[in-house]
Amino acid sequence: MLLKTLSESSGVSGGEQEIRNIIRQQVSPHVEEAETDVLGNLIVRKKGEKEGPTLMIVTHMDEVGMIVVGFEKSGLIKFSKVGGIDDRVLVSKVVQIGPQKIPGVIGAKAIHLQKPEERKKSIKIDDMYIDIGAGSREEAEKKVKLGDYISFITRFEEIGDHCAKGKALDNRVGCAVLIEILKKQNYPYSFYGVFTVQEEVGMRGAGAAAYRIKPDLALVVEGTTAADVVEVKKEGHVTTLGKGPALTIMDASVITHRGMVQFLKKLAEQNGIPYQIRRFTGAGTDAGRIALTREGVPSAVVSVPCRYIHNPAGILNLKDMENTVKLVDAFLKNLPEGGFNNEGTD
Amino acid sequence: MKELIKELTEAYGPSGREETVRKVIEDKIKPMVDKMEVDSLGNLIARKKGPGKRVMLAAHMDELGLMVTYIDKNGFLRFSNVGGISPHILLGERVVFANGAVGTIGCEKIESMKDLNFQKLYIDIGASEQKEAEDQVKIGDIAVYQRGFQDLGRRIISKSLDDRVGCAVLIQALKEIESPVNDLFFVFTVQEEVGVRGARTSAYRIKPDYGLAVDVTRTGDTPESETMAVALGKGPTVKVKDTLIITHPKVKKIMVDAAERTGIPYQLEVLERGGTDSGAIHLSREGVPSGVMSIPCRYIHTPSEMVDYDDVLNGVKLLKSILETPLD
Repeated sequence: MLLKTLSESSGVSGGEQEIRNIIRQQVSPHVEEAETDVLGNLIVRKKGEKEGPTLMIVTHMDEVGMIVVGFEKSGLIKFSKVGGIDDRVLVSKVVQIGPQKIPGVIGAKAIHLQKPEERKKSIKIDDMYIDIGAGSREEAEKKVKLGDYISFITRFEEIGDHCAKGKALDNRVGCAVLIEILKKQNYPYSFYGVFTVQEEVGMRGAGAAAYRIKPDLALVVEGTTAADVVEVKKEGHVTTLGKGPALTIMDASVITHRGMVQFLKKLAEQNGIPYQIRRFTGAGTDAGRIALTREGVPSAVVSVPCRYIHNPAGILNLKDMENTVKLVDAFLKNLPEGGFNNEGTD
Repeated sequence: MKELIKELTEAYGPSGREETVRKVIEDKIKPMVDKMEVDSLGNLIARKKGPGKRVMLAAHMDELGLMVTYIDKNGFLRFSNVGGISPHILLGERVVFANGAVGTIGCEKIESMKDLNFQKLYIDIGASEQKEAEDQVKIGDIAVYQRGFQDLGRRIISKSLDDRVGCAVLIQALKEIESPVNDLFFVFTVQEEVGVRGARTSAYRIKPDYGLAVDVTRTGDTPESETMAVALGKGPTVKVKDTLIITHPKVKKIMVDAAERTGIPYQLEVLERGGTDSGAIHLSREGVPSGVMSIPCRYIHTPSEMVDYDDVLNGVKLLKSILETPLD
């Protein structure tokens, strides 16, 4: 399955070559143009039956990960985080480093060597290292370079009831949705598909892409937090697995365009597509940058709920992904010729 | 102007939902402007043409709000903040939604006030079950403080004086300026409270030569307050610096000269925490020399903000005096 390939590929923020090449191969036969801009965004143009409003559908390719910052004499490798990762999830994870995908293990002092008070505290990243089995600094440097990116090794699998587990579901699920859309034919209007870079370090690619394209409207496809787990009270769930794509009203980066959100809701209802409202106003997406580009761009966000994002392994519901494809498909088929005005109504 | 301030402050308009306020302003200024348009984010841009430089004036229409994030089976609403609200001031507060639904804010049992946060609070709209609540309010709806305008004579208490009083100053100046020396763009912006967003896109569109935001600022004249050399009743301020902007020296001089030329009392303002629309305007495109004129305001971001009416009237005079300056 496409999502498996995407999830298992590497593409830490700033090092998106591998994932970009895979996406380019997937979409090239189905689009009119495909080019990579200076920051590394992959911008493709899908030809429709005619020209309508300038629309960009945006999804980020990058994932959170780590980067090599130093070597110990012993050959152990020091590293830093790229994007938001909880230090506590790192210890003893299996990772791959650099273009050669050198395998390694994130190590730390083992339990029998820790003093009783050390066992009570979580280990900080400064006390961790990556072990690639090298016997000396020189040997390590033959395989790994300073600045090489590091990603988790997690096998993607379909599990349970229509679910899948894997790494980087935020946002390879968004990539999978947009690729599926680009493979379809006969949309009424042409549009841009944009696979952005560096979202996880501050939505950097999206601003540049939007500045270049000058869109009349933008739809961002994301993987968002689902906190529907035992220790969280219902009011803190944000989104729920299996209840369909989530629509954002507001997060820390954007207040979405009300007309577009109403339109998406109406389409979902007319087409029997389940949807939910994202019940949280924190965090941000590429829409935050796009909406404020140039004179402003009406923007909306459709997200696939994912549990345990920014971790070595997350879980999503594949039906949510399918329903997200359906909703974006319906959006493109029914897009009003004049776009959306600024008088969105309830 | 008190009637105008009352009408503006009592209107509903949290960030991203400014259309009611915008309508009020549109109706008032339409006969007096050469061109009026609403951009894609919802900013109202009104132009009053003149022969000189392009000057962008910004006052934000939006106010703080509470967005519903969850409705429980007993009809209680959970929420998060839209803009900078402290949970402490919400206890016992009444709020109102766009459709007129009213609720009061309740709190879960807590051991200490230190434990108070948004997760402990809820809005009770008088519904006894989820369905009944959902008939009135949906997830994503935004409530604002339900507080009326109170005229104390010299001073005024109201919600959302931040920044409807700035809107009122702009409207009044617009009324009183008949043939402008400069090419004036009066912009009533959106989404200031969530990160000066509307000012950013409208400044890009207008390409101004100068920018000036009219907003409120805090004071240091209340018991045991943080030190700040701004007080109510001593005139509008000429901002020198805040978190988002260092006022361009040229703009500061224009403002100070305008005040001294016309004998309007003014105060110099250094705000250590906070920013306004000028923060976004001055970084637009190649950069725009910009400043801020503030109306001193106590209890900012609470349901009961207070300004001195003389400061408002002097604010209009100072703004007019600034705009009458030939700019180069």
